[in-house]
Amino acid sequence: MSPGALGKLYHDGDIIVRQGEEGNCMYVIQRGEVEVLLKKGDKDVRVAVLGEGDFFGEMALFGREVRSATVRAKGEVTALTLEKKSFLRRVHEDPSLAFSILEKMSQRIRNLNAQLNKALGRRAALR
Amino acid sequence: MVSDLKLDDGSRVGVMGGGPAGSFFSYFLLQIAQRMQLDLNVDIYEARDFSLAAPQGCNMCGGIISESLVQNLAAEGINLPSSVVQRGLDSYFLHMDVGSVRIETPLQEMRIAAVHRGCGPRGIKEELKVRGFDGYLLDLALAKGAKLIRKRVDGVGWENGRPWLKTPDGSKATYDLLAVAVGVNTSAMRLFEGLNLRYQPPRSTKTHIREFFLGRETIKKYLGSSMHVFLLNIPRLEFAALIPKGDYVTLCLLGHDIDKQLIESFIGSSEVKHCLPPNWEPPADFCHCAPKISIKGAVEPFADRMVFAGDCGVTRLYKDGIGAAYRTAKAAAITAVFEGIAAEDFRRHYWPVCQAVTSDNRIGELVFAAARQIQKRRFARRGMLRMVEKEQKEKGSRRRMSSVLWDTFTGSAPYQQVFLRTLHPAFISRLVWDIAVGNMPFGKTQEPGRMQ
Repeated sequence: MSPGALGKLYHDGDIIVRQGEEGNCMYVIQRGEVEVLLKKGDKDVRVAVLGEGDFFGEMALFGREVRSATVRAKGEVTALTLEKKSFLRRVHEDPSLAFSILEKMSQRIRNLNAQLNKALGRRAALR
Repeated sequence: MVSDLKLDDGSRVGVMGGGPAGSFFSYFLLQIAQRMQLDLNVDIYEARDFSLAAPQGCNMCGGIISESLVQNLAAEGINLPSSVVQRGLDSYFLHMDVGSVRIETPLQEMRIAAVHRGCGPRGIKEELKVRGFDGYLLDLALAKGAKLIRKRVDGVGWENGRPWLKTPDGSKATYDLLAVAVGVNTSAMRLFEGLNLRYQPPRSTKTHIREFFLGRETIKKYLGSSMHVFLLNIPRLEFAALIPKGDYVTLCLLGHDIDKQLIESFIGSSEVKHCLPPNWEPPADFCHCAPKISIKGAVEPFADRMVFAGDCGVTRLYKDGIGAAYRTAKAAAITAVFEGIAAEDFRRHYWPVCQAVTSDNRIGELVFAAARQIQKRRFARRGMLRMVEKEQKEKGSRRRMSSVLWDTFTGSAPYQQVFLRTLHPAFISRLVWDIAVGNMPFGKTQEPGRMQ
């Protein structure tokens, strides 16, 4: 980890959040990449790769559900942890602090919709 | 009441000062305006070139970006690059005559950023020059569409109800809104004296800052990734810290009438010597400054079409001035876009943010008064040290004293939160117990040795 790096260092293959576990923080990637994995039967299916400036684990801030996916370091990663309690306190003081997160979440929903439409189109073509 | 003074498409905004407050104001003003599809023209007046070494490119401060500001910026999508952060800090050492203790961040991660404001101290070698924090923020504002005018402002006035700025070459520009973000270490504040404003500048005190070259490896070996805070019973000295950066360590002193004698007695103290290489002596020539810091906020930092943000408005007492610049500058920008630019708009929507900082500072005065009492009493220092040491050893325990000290010295939480934590019965009873036990012969902790 370089002297100027912020956050915590994770090594290749480290599990940063695990699907099904309770979470009370989100992460912002400072350097490196992570894989987002969904459990399908016995297998982990990669659904996304996130890089510098991306965040994950944000759903833990807005609900009480367990982690919806596993996030694994792809190579060396440094990520900053934002704890739920202190972050939500700051959002209550300045709601616009959540705007960037909302923007990215909305982008993710748009991407999911596009993927869903594509999958439905493929299914219709097979019939 | 809805004001008539609003920013419209094509409105011109002048920003005096391109330090953190000016850059944050410009960045957020343009970001919010763009989201609202409002086209604004923002001119930032900054004579300093932040790509130069101190004193030409430096805005003189300790250069700590608090944990809360690092996190807020990350949430805003501003991730400080490692080229700007000279050292990520994950802990701090509290040094007292009765011993030293290391206090870690709650999650053992690098959560505080140590930065240079310019590209480095005076005399820095070309190959060691870094990207300064102020230059980085200014670039963010310019990337959003602000225009940099690298000139000093030497005149401010009104024309048809609008503020104008004049530069030494005689150029004059009129604006729909003027944001003043000049800090307290400039004579520019005098420009506002004849304008019949209700604004009164903040009250300030002097600090002392020195930059010593130690080299990357020496800093890593002796100071590590910790800020070193000193609570020493030296007359007139209130607070002192050593902040490790890339190749330099920054010494910050806060107190009354800081003079050569006080500085030498601090540097010569065994607690400081234990943090530095054996036989280390300060070099004959080094970068130093005695910047002013605001200790009491400005009165009415706004007028019609004018707002004062950052240090020249209201800032936090002693700590996290850059965090306060972020808060006030963003609040001013939000007010200007959504509410209006009349004095009444700023009074209703910007002033409460400033007042929250001011109220918190009053509690901060109490917190620092308590710290001063501990600083003066050896038995209290022993009790505090014992309490922190035990907390740091016991994994999973409630770190009441550690969190109080952490937030006080790093500026990571409002003083009100810090103060309320000290009123908890468990905090008080444990402190009383540790003072009692810590002062018995068997309970005394070891006197300080060389830091490892």
